Amino acid sequence: MGWHGKILRINLTDGTIKTEPLNMDWAQKYLGQRGLATKYLVEEINPKVDPLSPENKMIMATGPLTGTAASTGGRYSVITKGALTNAIACSNSGGYFGAELKFAGWDMIIFEGKSPKPVYLTVFDDKVELHDAADIWGKSVWDADEYIKKRHQDPMMHISAIGVAGENQVLYSCIVNDLHRAAGRSGVGAVMGSKNLKAVALRGTKGVKVKDGMRFLKATAAGKKVLQENAVTGQGLPSFGTQVLMNVINEAGAMPTRNHRQVQFEGAHDISAEAMVEPRKTDGHPNLLTNQACFGCTIACGRISKIDENHFSIQNKPQYMHASGGLEYEAAWALGCNTGVDDLEALTMVNFVCNEQGLDPISFGATVSAAMELYDLGLITKETTGGIDLKFGSAEALVKCVELTGKAEGFGKELGLGSLRLCQKYGRPELSMSVKGQEFPAYDSRGIQGMGLTYATSNRGACHLRSYTVSSEILGIPEKTDPLVTDGKPALVKAFQDATAAVDSSGLCVFTTFAWTLNDIAPQIDAACEGEWTPERLLEMGERIWNMERVFNNKAGFTAKDDNLPPRLTSEPAESGPAKGLVNGLEKMLPEYYELRGWTAEGVPTNETLSRLDIA
Amino acid sequence: MTTTAATVSVTLKLYASLGVHLPDGHARNAAEVAVAEGTTIDSLLDYHGVPREARHLVLLNGVFQPPGTRGNVILKGGDAVAVWPPVAGG
Repeated sequence: MGWHGKILRINLTDGTIKTEPLNMDWAQKYLGQRGLATKYLVEEINPKVDPLSPENKMIMATGPLTGTAASTGGRYSVITKGALTNAIACSNSGGYFGAELKFAGWDMIIFEGKSPKPVYLTVFDDKVELHDAADIWGKSVWDADEYIKKRHQDPMMHISAIGVAGENQVLYSCIVNDLHRAAGRSGVGAVMGSKNLKAVALRGTKGVKVKDGMRFLKATAAGKKVLQENAVTGQGLPSFGTQVLMNVINEAGAMPTRNHRQVQFEGAHDISAEAMVEPRKTDGHPNLLTNQACFGCTIACGRISKIDENHFSIQNKPQYMHASGGLEYEAAWALGCNTGVDDLEALTMVNFVCNEQGLDPISFGATVSAAMELYDLGLITKETTGGIDLKFGSAEALVKCVELTGKAEGFGKELGLGSLRLCQKYGRPELSMSVKGQEFPAYDSRGIQGMGLTYATSNRGACHLRSYTVSSEILGIPEKTDPLVTDGKPALVKAFQDATAAVDSSGLCVFTTFAWTLNDIAPQIDAACEGEWTPERLLEMGERIWNMERVFNNKAGFTAKDDNLPPRLTSEPAESGPAKGLVNGLEKMLPEYYELRGWTAEGVPTNETLSRLDIA
Repeated sequence: MTTTAATVSVTLKLYASLGVHLPDGHARNAAEVAVAEGTTIDSLLDYHGVPREARHLVLLNGVFQPPGTRGNVILKGGDAVAVWPPVAGG
C-alpha cells in the first residue's frame, strides 16, 4: 500500500515495454523515489558508465505518498548518472506529473538503452506506447506539451519533456513537467536527450491505496494543520515565495555576487519578492500575478508572473507575453546577483526561456557569470562571444546568451558545457564556482559556513537541497546556529543530509520541513505503507541512502579530493558584511564529518558502517 | 520619534509582511530614521508598531540578534536594523 508494487521497464533500443513487480524488500529499506530508484540504478549500471551512453539508465520514480492526500504529496524524481557531474543524480520536481504516474498505476519507469529515432512515451493506465517524435524533435517543452495533448485529444495529460537544450545535450539541461516545474539539476535532461526520448505523457484513472485509510486521513489532516498554523508554511511561503530570501541573504552578507567576487549585491532589492509585488513604473502592474500550488500542496509557494509587454527582452516574442512560471529565489540569484543584473523583467524572461528550452537556471546563470569573469579578465573577447558584450550587469547580454544556449548556437555551445568545462577551456578552472562539476546555488559559504561542507560533500555536486543548513544558520529553523562559525556544523550537515534523503524518498516536498519534523512525517508514511515507519527508522534509512550514493560515487572514481571548494571560497576573504575577512573553514569541518559518517580519512565508508546500515 | 534629546540616525528595514510598518518616505523597504540616544532595537520597533510576535529574524548590521538581547542592544549612528517575520525558501 502506498506503493502500487508495479514498475514499467522501457527498452528504448528495441522498443520493448515490460512490466515487473516492485522489489518490496528494497522498498522496506529505501522507501521510494530517491532511495528506492537509486537502489535500482546502482544495482543495474556500471558506476563508470558514460552518462550520455545507452548503458546509462534513467528512472522516473514516485514515493509511496505521491498521489495521496498528504500535503505536498505530488513529488517525483529523476534518478540517473548525471551528465554534468558524472556522479549520482537525483532531481526532484513538483507539479502534477508524479501524482499522475501513480494514478496510472505505476511506482516508477525505468528507461534503458537508446532509441534509434526520437520518440515519446504515453501511459494511459495500463496502455503504454512509444510514438514517433519526429514532429516535436527540435521543438520547445511548451510546443511539445501542446502537440501531445492535441494529438491524443486529451488536455488532462501531464507531461514531462525536454526542450531543445536536452536534445542538444546541454550538460545542465533539465526535464520540465507541467510547463514550468522541473527536475532541474545535474543534467538529467541531457541524459533523456541522449536516449532520443522527447517526452513522457501520462493519464491515470486509478487511485492510490493506503494501508489504513482512517488513520492516514487523520495523520495527513494533522500534518496539514501544522503547515497551516506555521507562520512560514502558512503565510510566508504562499505570500512571498522563496524569493523572500533575496533580502535576507543579502543583508546577512552571504549573497554570491558576480561569480562570487562579492558577497552582497547592491541590486538585490530590485529583484526580490518585495519588488515582484510592487506595481511597475512602466505599466502600473506588478511582476507577480499570483501564487500556485503543486498537486496536493497546502503551502503553494509557486510564482506566476507576467512580463511588462514593453520590455526590450520580449519585443516581437509573443510566446513570453503570457503568465508563466515566475522567479524562485535560486533562479533570481543565479540569473541576477551572480551576473550583476538587476532587471527583474529580464530575469523573468530568461527564466521563462529556461523553462521553455529546458535549462537549469542555476547552472545556466552561474555559467554565464563565470563567462562574464573570463570576459572581464580578457580571456574571452567579443570575437569569442560572437559580438556579445559580456559585461557583468548587462541584461542584454544575459538575454542573448539564453537564446543561444539551449539551441547550442554560437557562443551558446560553449555556455552549454557548464562553468567547469568552460573555465578549463580558457585555462582558469578555479573560476568555476562548482563542486563535482555542478554550480553552486545561492548561498556564499564564507557567510554561511555549514553550506561549504554541504556543497563539498553533496553526492550530486554542489547543491543546497541535500542539506539546507541555511534553515538553521540564517533562518533559525528548527533552531538558530551561528552562520559564521564551523563548530557543530559537521553534525548539523549530517543530520540535514540524512533527514532530507528520507523526505526525498517519500513523495513529499522538502519545504514541509520548515514546519514538519520526521515526527510529523512518520505517522503519515506509517499509515500508508506496510511496515512500521518511525522517525528513527526514517533517519537510519536516510543515512543508508546517503552512504549508498557515496559508494556509487566512489566506484565512479570520486575521492576525498573531490569533497572540495573552489579556492576563492577558502582563500579570498569576504569583502563586506558580517563575514568580512572570513573564508570558508572546510578543512576544519571535513575530518570531523568523515568521522561522524563512519568513513575513513579518505572519505570511504568503512565495512563496519556499510554493515551497520545493511548496505550490500 | 521624539528628538528633543540628542539623536542618531539609523536605517530601519522591514521586509515581507512587515513593510506596512515603514514610516513615510521609505524606499526599497528601508527608511532613515532619527532615534534618541539610548534607543534599543526593541524600542525602535515598538515605536514603529512592529508586532513583537512578528519579529522573527532581526539582524543588526547583518548579524542575528536573539530575542533576549533586543531590549538591551543600544543603537549607534549608522546602524541598520532589518526585520522579517518567519520566512524561508530555498
